[in-house]
Amino acid sequence: MKISTLFYTFRQGFVNIFRNKWYSLASVATISACLFLFGLFYAIVANFQNMVKTAEEGVSVTVFFHSEADSCASHEENEIPTDERLDEIGQQIGARMEVSDVRFISDDEAWATFGPDYFGENYAEGFPENPLEGENTYEVYLSDVSMQDALVTWLESMPEVRKVNYSELTATTLSGVNLLIAYVSIGIIVILLAVSIFLISNTVAIGISVRKEEINIMKYIGATDFFVRAPFVLEGILIGVMGAGIPLLLIYSLYNYALGYVIERFAMLSSFLKFLTVDEIFRFLTPVSLFLGVGIGFLGSISTVRKHLNV
Amino acid sequence: MTRNKEFLRRKREQMIEEKGIIVLDNVSKSYSTGAPALNGISLNIKRGEFVFIVGDSGSGKSTLIKLLLRELTATSGSVYVMGSDMAKLKHRQIPKYRRNLGVVFQDFRLLKDRNVYENVAFAQRIIETPVVEIRRNVPAILATVGLAGKYKAKTKQLSGGEQQRVALARALVNNPSILLADEPTGNLDPKNSWEIMKLLEEINEGGTTVVVVTHNREIVNSMQKRVVTMKKGVIISDEEKGGYIDED
Repeated sequence: MKISTLFYTFRQGFVNIFRNKWYSLASVATISACLFLFGLFYAIVANFQNMVKTAEEGVSVTVFFHSEADSCASHEENEIPTDERLDEIGQQIGARMEVSDVRFISDDEAWATFGPDYFGENYAEGFPENPLEGENTYEVYLSDVSMQDALVTWLESMPEVRKVNYSELTATTLSGVNLLIAYVSIGIIVILLAVSIFLISNTVAIGISVRKEEINIMKYIGATDFFVRAPFVLEGILIGVMGAGIPLLLIYSLYNYALGYVIERFAMLSSFLKFLTVDEIFRFLTPVSLFLGVGIGFLGSISTVRKHLNV
Repeated sequence: MTRNKEFLRRKREQMIEEKGIIVLDNVSKSYSTGAPALNGISLNIKRGEFVFIVGDSGSGKSTLIKLLLRELTATSGSVYVMGSDMAKLKHRQIPKYRRNLGVVFQDFRLLKDRNVYENVAFAQRIIETPVVEIRRNVPAILATVGLAGKYKAKTKQLSGGEQQRVALARALVNNPSILLADEPTGNLDPKNSWEIMKLLEEINEGGTTVVVVTHNREIVNSMQKRVVTMKKGVIISDEEKGGYIDED
């Protein structure tokens, strides 16, 4: 392709937008509407997921080991873990996929936490020695609570493990919420997609009637498919970029405003509900919206033109 | 490859010399419903000829033009234009083929949102003519059709006659071998119709083969050119220096 043809294609792409301003406006508005809904929905879902994730990260499983001091009548050989074995078990737990963090709580640390909770500030009175001596534990935090059962089963299968403390209800509830968000997300995305396709196909139909004559004339004169298609495709891509840019700007200001409003008006709420920052939201939303906008513009223009190329 | 192309070019040239630049041999065209639009027509048009195709609505004139434009293909028989078999022309070869044809329609078919210069320059842009040459060729061809002073005007600001001149300039700017004019005077008053026909005659004198589909009895009778008359998909008359045949 000659440079002059390339310049011509680019110039026509830009000029077409202004030449068919009503069609361009309708296309930009359609894409903007779809991507605005998508962005809004994403911002809400991402925050929900973040809250659930934060809650999940607080769910811990406590692993107790056999010791000389525990109440079990007798211990079989190798049931009481040595310090080395405890370290090894800690490493094995930390290496598991569903585990986000594992913390070793020594008997002294446990007594320092447990004593004041139960006996007040003077907890050490009457206890010359640490009553929890030998009660070393691991506190295991999960990255995926739905895997809690598998982790517990694995932990309980170790001969050194005396007891595993965990909350089945919390895990089940959080897993349920996660699943609900996934289903609702899929449902809304399908609805959005259907609405988008309907709106875009309508806009494309308008484009077809606007362009039919122009494309026919070009083909009669001897323009190649590429020559006819290129300015329209470029126009479609530009419309897509504009269609993505507008909702991004809108959501950016709207989200910032909403976040500020919630934090100001519901300060109590924001202390335990952690909202995502606008940057965190836009790190995903910007490339995806641009990709969708450009994709919709590209496919819309390609399908508009293709129907008239066989002249 | 080059030798093969040269061989094909010579073969086409030989065919044009021997049989004509447009050759239809026993061509029929049927649509899915109704009687065939063309029914076994044969026609040879030599290089440099001026031919009128006349006939009433439904006689098959438009279908004939569409076959020559390669908008349609024949149901049976063969169509050769400039030595190329239309049936064997692939989709991607059609644009290059059409660049050797100039086409003028009754409804002008101009790009309405562009000015006169842009409409004519467009035909040169698609064959990737350098901008310097476009700037030289377009004013020259506009001067030929008498529109040198109106190159900036939007097409909707022009009269019917002027719009047809723009269409003619666009059809001629790439120096086509054949000019197909489908009812070029159909939307024009008598004065403008005659001016367009004079331009077509001048173009023909320059060596371009001109095929004009028309209903205009007065023009056909006055110009004393070859007249092919069609009726219900068949050629009923083909006369050198012919006239318009009345149906009754």
